[in-house]
Amino acid sequence: MPTSAQPKYRELGLTDSEYELILEGLGREPGAVELAMLSLMWSEHCAYKHSKKLLRKLPTEGEHVLVGPGENAGAVDVGGGLAVAFKVESHNHPSAVEPFQGAATGVGGILRDIFAVGARPIAILDSLRFGEPSTSERSRYLLERAVAGIGHYGNSIGVPTVGGEIYFEPSYEQNCLINAMAVGLAPHERLTSSAAVGIGNVLVLLGALTGRDGIGGASVLASAELGDGDEAKRPSVQIGDPFTEKKLMECCLELLDRGLLASLQDLGAAGLTSAASEMASKGEVGIDIDVSNVPLREPDMEPFEIMVSESQERMLCVVTPELVGAVLAVCEKWETLATPIGQITDQPYFRILKRGKPVGELPVPLLVDDCPLYDLEPEAPTTPLYPGTTPQIELTATPQEILTALLSSSNIASRRVVFEQYDPVVQSRTVRRPEQADAAVLKLTDEIAIAISIDGNGRRVAVDPRAGAFEAVLECIANLACVGAEPLGLTNCLNFGNPEKPHVAWQLTEAVIGLAEACRTFDVPVIGGNVSLYNESPTGPILPTPVVGIVGKLPDPTAAGRLGFAQAGDAIALIGPFNPGPDGSELAKLQGAAPVGLLPFKEIQAILDAHDTVRSGVRSRALKNAHDIAEGGICVALAECCIAGEVGATVKLPQNLEPFGEDFGTGFIVSGARADLEGFTILGEVGGEQLKIEGLLEVAVAELTGAHSAGLGEALR
Amino acid sequence: MKFGVVRFPGTCDDVDAQLAAARVGDAELLWHADRDLQGVDAVVVPGGFSYGDYLRAGAIARFAPVMESVIEFAHEGGLVLGICNGFQILCEAGLLPGALLPNDHLKFVFRQVELEVVDPDTAFTKSSPARLSIPVKHMSGRYYAPTPVEVVLRYARGQNPNGSQNDIAGVINEGGNVFGLMPHPEHAVDPLTGSTDGLTIFESIAASVGALV
Repeated sequence: MPTSAQPKYRELGLTDSEYELILEGLGREPGAVELAMLSLMWSEHCAYKHSKKLLRKLPTEGEHVLVGPGENAGAVDVGGGLAVAFKVESHNHPSAVEPFQGAATGVGGILRDIFAVGARPIAILDSLRFGEPSTSERSRYLLERAVAGIGHYGNSIGVPTVGGEIYFEPSYEQNCLINAMAVGLAPHERLTSSAAVGIGNVLVLLGALTGRDGIGGASVLASAELGDGDEAKRPSVQIGDPFTEKKLMECCLELLDRGLLASLQDLGAAGLTSAASEMASKGEVGIDIDVSNVPLREPDMEPFEIMVSESQERMLCVVTPELVGAVLAVCEKWETLATPIGQITDQPYFRILKRGKPVGELPVPLLVDDCPLYDLEPEAPTTPLYPGTTPQIELTATPQEILTALLSSSNIASRRVVFEQYDPVVQSRTVRRPEQADAAVLKLTDEIAIAISIDGNGRRVAVDPRAGAFEAVLECIANLACVGAEPLGLTNCLNFGNPEKPHVAWQLTEAVIGLAEACRTFDVPVIGGNVSLYNESPTGPILPTPVVGIVGKLPDPTAAGRLGFAQAGDAIALIGPFNPGPDGSELAKLQGAAPVGLLPFKEIQAILDAHDTVRSGVRSRALKNAHDIAEGGICVALAECCIAGEVGATVKLPQNLEPFGEDFGTGFIVSGARADLEGFTILGEVGGEQLKIEGLLEVAVAELTGAHSAGLGEALR
Repeated sequence: MKFGVVRFPGTCDDVDAQLAAARVGDAELLWHADRDLQGVDAVVVPGGFSYGDYLRAGAIARFAPVMESVIEFAHEGGLVLGICNGFQILCEAGLLPGALLPNDHLKFVFRQVELEVVDPDTAFTKSSPARLSIPVKHMSGRYYAPTPVEVVLRYARGQNPNGSQNDIAGVINEGGNVFGLMPHPEHAVDPLTGSTDGLTIFESIAASVGALV
């Protein structure tokens, strides 16, 4: 814990030079409440001071984009007058300190971002990273509690968890990653901005009481490395209440449906401070808040505590004075607390009052725009950043031994023990549940359906940040192609270590370049996202982990693709310029190799063609199954198609193809009537009870299923 | 015929139940604070987390104003279907015997399960086949009753997802007009999103109401 020997501003995370800038901008010393507000608004978490310049490289425009970065969530047009809003966000550090509440409030927070823009949340996906479950009790604990927390929140609030991914690597041992993505649906006209408008309009606080929980979460937890004594930070972790948020969500959606709100914003990191100053900044207005109007969970809270509290399940809205009564009536119906706490002014100041008397007054631009942005000082490492691991498999293992070892390995084994704790069907939209297809599929109307995928393999990005980040986008698009969907927009969460360290700065810079290249190449705009830095522990940074979430559209949900082989007698083909290599593969990891080397070269045009072929083949129902080849290479992909389809296959691999080498988003295993697969590389045929790969292995599907389904469950026992 | 689907604060599967019921009749939502049942022919108390499951699943919802009318409706012989949280509420309200305890593994479980229709002659199962494939999703679905009860549905052998007594998945009251089950028939009504076996429960209710009228 910080000692009192240093100045207050340093305890709050500001540097000497940043404090100088504040003195200059303000022309005086900030008071207690002002300093608390500034320290949060100038934290990495709120100001993106180490990433903002870099993020400008990402393309954000496209024909389907309705709302780009800057709002609580971006949105794309899906036709029929409907918009889909989505965003992914991290809750890593809170979850490393208290996994149940950290993960639960991560879900609660991203859901508020979605209904803040006027969209009803219709899906949740999660991207999780932990240390090795087989050897680390801490990792098993974090996984079990984080999964329980996600389920607790998502299940109780009635939003289905339809997909996600989990990877286990030693570098996440202390600093786990909990990224939650939410997707929402809105008629175009309900899309709402958070920009405060209308001088004299009333600021109404909705939802839970304000308490002392989560004070300083953005600066204490989210913007510093983890270390010893993290238990003492537990009071900085927020506590979630999905029941309150369920009522708040229904209430906000009804308020918007009735056209009663001028703007709406959720309270997340830095609570009222961040919510109100961003609303004021976007609307180019001033705001007065009287803290004595804020309903408190406990008496005698200081103004600064009220202003920075991260109590969950709260929203802030702007209402014209004559509609305040109508707003309060709707809130009463939903048993949601609603209190006028301030108003919009024509002065460019954020004023904090207590019983009418000012206790703080800050220029809005100083809070929102004036935090210095830092240039990174990237430096490519000359020696590997991450060590190898203890080998879990002999170099002399037979192909069959390798295949079963991979299928039961923590990164490839079935996620059933996890996803059975989530409700994937509530709201009656779910056309493809987990492990039925490469992407989740939801119907919006009888004619419109979307597909969603989330991906990010830190090991590949560690090998080559630029190429690895490119692959993450490619993999996501390939997943969508397998259900017949084309991408509309992308959200990302950039999880990295301390950007002030040159090698981490290099990883971050390269990864963003890779993302930008992929987005341009495949014409997928970035509509929003989140950056989580300082993911380090005393043993070093996490693997660089850009997580990518993509939403796509498909014309006919009844034709949505499946993962499993459909029926005996179908031919099996390989589509795409699949170009596998050993570096950064799961097999390399099992053999103890460090994540170093080269990722495969990508033939862009051939990849685009392959995606088109798969997408249209699925849509026309010529392809009975489609599965993109990823972790574990072509043999694991074939095994997964057999397991999901509960049927065997007999195939012969193309010459010189590494059976367990990896390449992402470039190769697909498909099946169908032989006549429909003409022109593709035919590998063999579906049928029997074994997977037979000529010259390599013959193994019963039941045995593969056993290895695949037991893997993670055994580690968790 | 007209179904009424009760909506409490925290109910999640209300619209799902309404959509399912609307496949066989009219269906409208009934607000928890209203005592008026709007002249419906059958009441569905749907799934979700009414009042956040705080205190105990279903323990608070039973005191909602609408439940006074539902209890009266049931006592007059009206058909009442309780799904998941609705089953819990009906047990708490004393309309069904027994109680639903936390799952034996203490985790939430979602799973597509096979059910055996033990009693095909009820107002709720007369149109159902002998076996149903319907998903379960709950935290407290372990049925327990100290004395024998009228069992309508059991989890098929080896499919009990929660440690329920004698594999019980659904029970009916002595009068045969109040039925509670943990699986979610409203999530098995469309081949696009799963099986259609759950629809037979709603069809049975519609047929029974038709027979009554």
